[in-house]
Amino acid sequence: MRDLFDTKRNPKLAWAGIAMVVVALLVLPFALAYVGTAWVRITNLAILYVFLALGLNIVVGFAGLLDLGYIAFYAVGAYVYALLASPHFNLHLPFWLILPLGAGVACFFGVLLGAPTLKLRGDYLAIVTLGFGEIIRIFLNNLSQPINITNGPQGITLIDPFRIGDFNFAKRETLLGLDFTGPIKYYYFFLVVMVIVIVINLRLQDSRIGRAWEAIREDEVAARAMGINTRNVKLLAFAMGASFGGVAGGMFSAIQGFISPESFVLVESVMVLAMVVLGGMGNIWGVILGAVLLSFVPEVLRYTVAPLQEAIFGRLLLDPEVIRMLLFGLALVLMMLFRPAGILPSAVRKRELETVK
Amino acid sequence: MTNGHTLLAAKGITKRFGGVQALADVGFTINHGEIYGLIGPNGAGKTSLFNVLTGIYIPDGGEFTFDGNALMNLKPNDVASRGIARTFQNIRLFGNLSALENVMIGRHVRTRAGVWGAIFRNASTRAEEQAIHKRAYELLEYVGVAKRANSLAKHLAYGDQRRLEIARALATEPKLLALDEPAAGMNATETAALKGLLNEIRKDGITILLIEHDMKLVMSICDRVLVLDYGKKIAEGTAAEVQNDPKVIQAYLGGEVSLNLKGA
Repeated sequence: MRDLFDTKRNPKLAWAGIAMVVVALLVLPFALAYVGTAWVRITNLAILYVFLALGLNIVVGFAGLLDLGYIAFYAVGAYVYALLASPHFNLHLPFWLILPLGAGVACFFGVLLGAPTLKLRGDYLAIVTLGFGEIIRIFLNNLSQPINITNGPQGITLIDPFRIGDFNFAKRETLLGLDFTGPIKYYYFFLVVMVIVIVINLRLQDSRIGRAWEAIREDEVAARAMGINTRNVKLLAFAMGASFGGVAGGMFSAIQGFISPESFVLVESVMVLAMVVLGGMGNIWGVILGAVLLSFVPEVLRYTVAPLQEAIFGRLLLDPEVIRMLLFGLALVLMMLFRPAGILPSAVRKRELETVK
Repeated sequence: MTNGHTLLAAKGITKRFGGVQALADVGFTINHGEIYGLIGPNGAGKTSLFNVLTGIYIPDGGEFTFDGNALMNLKPNDVASRGIARTFQNIRLFGNLSALENVMIGRHVRTRAGVWGAIFRNASTRAEEQAIHKRAYELLEYVGVAKRANSLAKHLAYGDQRRLEIARALATEPKLLALDEPAAGMNATETAALKGLLNEIRKDGITILLIEHDMKLVMSICDRVLVLDYGKKIAEGTAAEVQNDPKVIQAYLGGEVSLNLKGA
């Protein structure tokens, strides 16, 4: 597996492998669209979860700071986009301006959360971040009075899609005989952003900053004695993680066209954390795999549980929604029992867990 | 071996933990280029003094002057960037990282690359990374664990871990290297090698502050020694002076016995 993508050890095989992956990713949306456009949408959401999981991985996986309110940054990014590109305030700024702005605002909130929690670790940090996530959601729910900013629980509707000049991402177009629906266009755009996000993460991990994060995770006292400014480096982890969340939030607004505080509940934070842990905390490829699996498996179950029951028992015994989460929970428990470091564990994390045993 | 002028001066250092007077009005000076020993029976306040000096504890009173500047109420990372590096009594390496990575982390405080450098990998960042890698490897060779560069720190032999901690501290380019019981748990051969290393470090112009229980090592290598007992300074001077000081003998042995440790 590693040989297949190692451009130094076996360049020919590696480039062939990479080319295959690229072709597969390029063809994928049309294959999915053949099954149903819903699957392209699910794939787009899965890519957003990859962004979220990678962002959270910086905080949890690299720096070792447990964050249970991560979805708040997704919410911040989503609302920044929604407020600046919808009839709500009658603002229609271009997306290439709002996405970086959303990242910036989320980054600010990341520092805002990070600053008071610098001295906290483990359980205590988890509780404070959990509270932070809820505070953001409750604010979004209630900031409709006395001045209507967020439109409360009704949420914001008619959010603009991405647009560059006359090119509208939401419009269906036919090019070279291929049918480019809105979701397919978004898919290609997201794919490009995903490559950038992955490269940023890989480079951050293998850098002076990445090593400082590792040092803090391993032993904060020793890290400080080595001259690492733990305050700044931790804040940097929160800020970087939050920015990725913010960008993903803006994209979410655009593809959904409608957002409300309901989209940013605690279980979403837990879900993103589960992606990171299940995939392999600290390992970028593991985290991506975790995000893709946890995005798709529940959807696959949604479409298969009911027909399967009818085929076996002749009637519907259990509500698909219920059994879906049941199986999902079971999968998580089994996973943590048999592969506690994740599906593709990071080398370092695996060693840490071995020490605990 | 000493070139005279003061590197570190401590005056009236006091630290209490509840009812325990860990340090009471301790004052001393360390000169450039010397190996300065800090000894005392268990619980005498040696490690407390270390922790106050390196910013881990905030003293209740007193002041440090380091290299001409006041060194008070600084955070541990600021102390490190001013030029004091330390090791820990109970080894605190980054156990799940390789020996090389441990030393590379020590270079953090003397390097610059930030997030933009990391993401764009511009020429200066690449050059810096290469320099970090090279320097870290040199330091591993210097302390003699280069062969285990890619082993995990926690898989190294005990003596090698102690040496690795010294390499990591040296990576921060200290003016003063503070070692908390570097010979603890070492056998005679390892201690002899450590002594050679400490002499080497001194020759390279780095001043050493050494807490040690191994009297033979302290007496044979230290230019001057400070003796603490119950948080108080009871003696300061050359190894020979200290050994014959009745107060030191009293503290260690509780009586009028000659402390002849030269041949021990």
